[in-house]
Formats: sequence, C-alpha cells, structure tokens
Amino acid sequence: MPGRDHKNANWLLRLAVIVPYLWMATFFLAPFVIVLKISFSHPEIAQPPYGPVLDLTAGIDGLKAFFGDLAAKNYEFLAFDWIYVSSFFKSLQVATYSTAMLLLIGFPLAYGIARAPRRWQGILFMLIILPFWTSFLIRVYAWINILQHDGLLNAILLSLRIIERPLVWLATDTAVYIGIVYSYLPFMVLPVYATLEKMDETLLEAAADLGCPRWKTFWLVTWPLARKGVIAGILLCFIPIVGEFVIPDLLGSSSTQMIGQTIWTEFFSNKDWPVASALAIVLLCLLIVPIVTYQQMQMRAVERGH
Amino acid sequence: MIMRRGMSIFNVATVSLGLAFLYLPIVILVGYSFNASRLVSVWGGWSTRWYVELAGDSAMIDAAWTTLGIAFLSAGVATLVGTFAAIALARAGRFRGRMLFTGMIYAPLVMPEVITGLSLLLLFVALEVDLGFWTITIGHATLTISFVAVIVQARILDFDRSLEEAAMDLGCPPVKTFLTVTLPLIAPAIASGFVLAFTLSLDDLVIASFTTGPGATTLPIRIYSEIRLGVKPEINALCTILIAVVAIGIIAMSLIRKMSGERPVATGLRA
Repeated sequence: MPGRDHKNANWLLRLAVIVPYLWMATFFLAPFVIVLKISFSHPEIAQPPYGPVLDLTAGIDGLKAFFGDLAAKNYEFLAFDWIYVSSFFKSLQVATYSTAMLLLIGFPLAYGIARAPRRWQGILFMLIILPFWTSFLIRVYAWINILQHDGLLNAILLSLRIIERPLVWLATDTAVYIGIVYSYLPFMVLPVYATLEKMDETLLEAAADLGCPRWKTFWLVTWPLARKGVIAGILLCFIPIVGEFVIPDLLGSSSTQMIGQTIWTEFFSNKDWPVASALAIVLLCLLIVPIVTYQQMQMRAVERGH
Repeated sequence: MIMRRGMSIFNVATVSLGLAFLYLPIVILVGYSFNASRLVSVWGGWSTRWYVELAGDSAMIDAAWTTLGIAFLSAGVATLVGTFAAIALARAGRFRGRMLFTGMIYAPLVMPEVITGLSLLLLFVALEVDLGFWTITIGHATLTISFVAVIVQARILDFDRSLEEAAMDLGCPPVKTFLTVTLPLIAPAIASGFVLAFTLSLDDLVIASFTTGPGATTLPIRIYSEIRLGVKPEINALCTILIAVVAIGIIAMSLIRKMSGERPVATGLRA
C-alpha cells in the first residue's frame, strides 16, 4: 500500500475510490430505486406518464398520500397475463438453448486455438475478438441479407436444387438462434481459451504416458482445468441473452416475444411505464443469482492477482 | 499426437469453420454494398452508387456527427472514471463499501441493456433533465466505465510492482511515482480502454434509444429504423464504412501494442 508510508498518496487513492463510486451510485444504482418505485405506480396520461408523483413540498401529508397510492397491482397484472408469463418463459428457453449451442461450438473452437502453434495463437485470438469490436447491430443486419426471402441462402439452395421453393428463414426462431450464436460466440470463446491457454501441457503428456485414453484424459484433466472459463463463458452469454432485444426484434417473429421486446413495447408503444418497470424488476430478480455469481468469480480473480 | 503442441485435423476444422462462420456474413455484407442492383438476389456488377447516395443523405451525416461526438465525450469520461475505478480495485485494499463498489463496476458488463436504459431514462425524467445529446453521453459513459476498469485493472495487476517500490525507496513521492512510473506502464491499457469505450458507444442502440430526446438521433437509431423495413443497399454501404473505420482503429492499436511490446489484453473478458 503506497499510502501507508506516505500520507499524501492517500488523496489520490481516495479520489480513485470516490469518483467512480459517486458516478455509479448516481447513474447505475439510484435508477434501480426509481424503477422499483415506478413499478408500484399506475399509468397516467400526463408528463411524466405515471402517478403518484412524490411532492416533497407537501410535507408529511404529501408523503402519506404518495405511499398510500402505491400498489402492487402491476405485479398481479403480470402474473395473470399469459403474454408476460410466456415471454419470460420464451426468454429463458432461448437463452438456455443458445447458451448450450454456444458451448458446443465455442469450446472446440477455443480448444483448437489453444492447441495451435504459439506464433499463430495471437492472430487467431485477434480474429475471434475482432467481430466483438464491430457493431452488434451491423452483425445482426448482415444476417438479414443472407436469410431474407430473396436472400443469399435461398438463392444458393435453389441453384443447387436442394429446395424447390424459397424457404422462410427470417422471422423464425431459427434465425434468432443463428443471430444469437453468431453475436455471442466471442463471449464464449474468450474465457474458455483464457483457461485452456494456461493449461500445463505436461499433464496431458503424463496422462498419455500412463496409458490413459484420450477421451478419459479430456474428462479427467482438461475439463476440470477449463471449468472456470466455461462457467464464465456461460454466464457472460446467458445473462445478456435473457434480456436480448435487438436480435429477436430484427430476426425473430412477432408472435412470441422475448422479455426484452416486451419491455420495449410496453415502454415505447403502449407508453405504460409502470408495467415496463415492473417487468424490468422481475427480469432483474430472475437474473440476480447469475449476476452475483459472475461478480463473485470476477472478484476472486482480482484477489488472486494480488 | 496429443503430446506435441499441435493441431489435429479436428482442431484445424473447428477453427477454420468457426472463423468462416464469424467472417462470411460480414464479407457478404461488404460485397453487397458494391452491388449495382438494388435487389440482393441480383448481382448487377460493381458500383459505388450507394456510397454516392449515402454522401448526399444529410440526415445520415448529421447522425454520424452526433454519434461521433457522443462516442468521443463518453469514452473520455469513461476512461477517466474507469481508470480511477481500476486503481481503486487494484490498489485501495479493503475500504468501506468495497463489495458494493465491485458489484457496481462488474454488473453493467452483463446487465441486459434494456434494464440499464430504462432505469437511466426514469432517473433523467425524475430529475427533469432535458433528454438528448448529454443524456445519451452519460448513459454510454456509465455502461463503458466498467469495460475500461476491467481492462486497466488487468494491466495494473500484471506489471512488476517492484518498479514502483524502487522509485519510492529512492525517495520519489507517491504522486510523482504514480505519474512518472505507474501511468506510463498502464497507458497502453488506458488507450485500449478508450478505444473499446468509443466503439461500444458508436455501436449502442438500446441505451441510446431510451435516453435520446428531440434532435439527438444517433447512427444506430437511424440504421435500426431503416432496417426494420428491410435491407437497403445504402445501409450496406454505411455498415461497410463503419466496419472499415473500426478495423483500421484495431489494426493501428495492435501495432502500437506490438511496438510497446505488450501482449494483447483483448477485452478484459478473460476469466
């Protein structure tokens, strides 16, 4: 600790704690309290479009009136309306299946890169993360070119005479899965590769020398070592996919919405801010366990670095 | 041949297929942007007409300037605050509220943007702030602080602390040590934090849509409203330009890194 011997270093460290603390408390934490509050309000045709509005100038009576007017009606509404319940199920289903697919595709990919010659690894690693830097929106859009009715995929399949008539690819669940796997692949490959890369090769040699079959070596040596990266990859994909908006909106059908789309519609089309807030709170509660797990993992990684 | 570091046929196949999957759609998009025909299914020969049409679209160019302004400012703020956060995480030891601090830094990395965007907007409405350029900038800064913090922190934990200790043993005051020893060592990470924050801001649709107001339309908002109605060749051209800008930035950055002799800490997403 540089500040232990030199007291005047303290202000720098203190500043380093206080500035981000205040910023994140104001713009990340405080908004959740407001969302929570509005989720107990009711919609009104006014600006802002919800009520009650807390009037601090009215003193104690104002506070009483404010709290008396809050109600859990929105949550009851959500629980009994099939549209909301089904969009939560849909989101969890899509996130589960696509995370499984990501693992099936991402693990062999990361494994392949980790086994490549050292001088190639940097380039291959770069190639995996490069798409991460190019726009998410553009990458989803790129698939519309391919999947639409008169798009490339149908054109190729027709010219090869595999299909007689153009198939419908866009606005289907298939398109959503393709889009998600495509967009999130770097998030799965990176953490898995990071753990595999650090793996001690001599362990594999030892196992082979002792006559252990390859599948068994993989199961007994590689897998336990890679587990941490796999869990990180699963969390990095699963959590944001549950709340995904852009991909199902552009590539999916409008019949069954994912929860991100439902929040978006409630907010922008129906202008029902309280219901949108209640949906956001429920989504947050669903994701709180994976989010905290992810944070714990990151924190332990930092402690290890000390 | 499991003993040697080498790739089996299976390894080569998965890596090539994986890379093809990642890059083919982008290559196809770039190809279509030079297609003279308006129809995707018809190849009408090479042409730059969509780029010419794009250059004449003044609304799109306005949106581009707005987007660049927001990206520049928000990345600047995020780099400053994120670097502070990284120093705090790596060096402040145990302080009161450290759990909450760490939580607030890591949560935005995985938090669905719909939640972040909605909650930020409700804050701005409650504070009766005028929505537009500045609210989007604050939103993007809040999102990208975490990314900068993770990247810079990885670098702080990585370098040799004895350099700092040596400077201080020789009587260099801590603040001066920080400025002359620590800061130059972590500068490449701060630079890539800035670039990442910049590109994330250029790219963001969801938070911008929630926190935008009259007169502040960013490129992703424009692109999104256009492509909801289907593919347009002008958008293909625009996307190609954006991809080229980002690719040049990345290549420049990796050259800088190579010259400064550091291995790539790509996104800080390593477990």
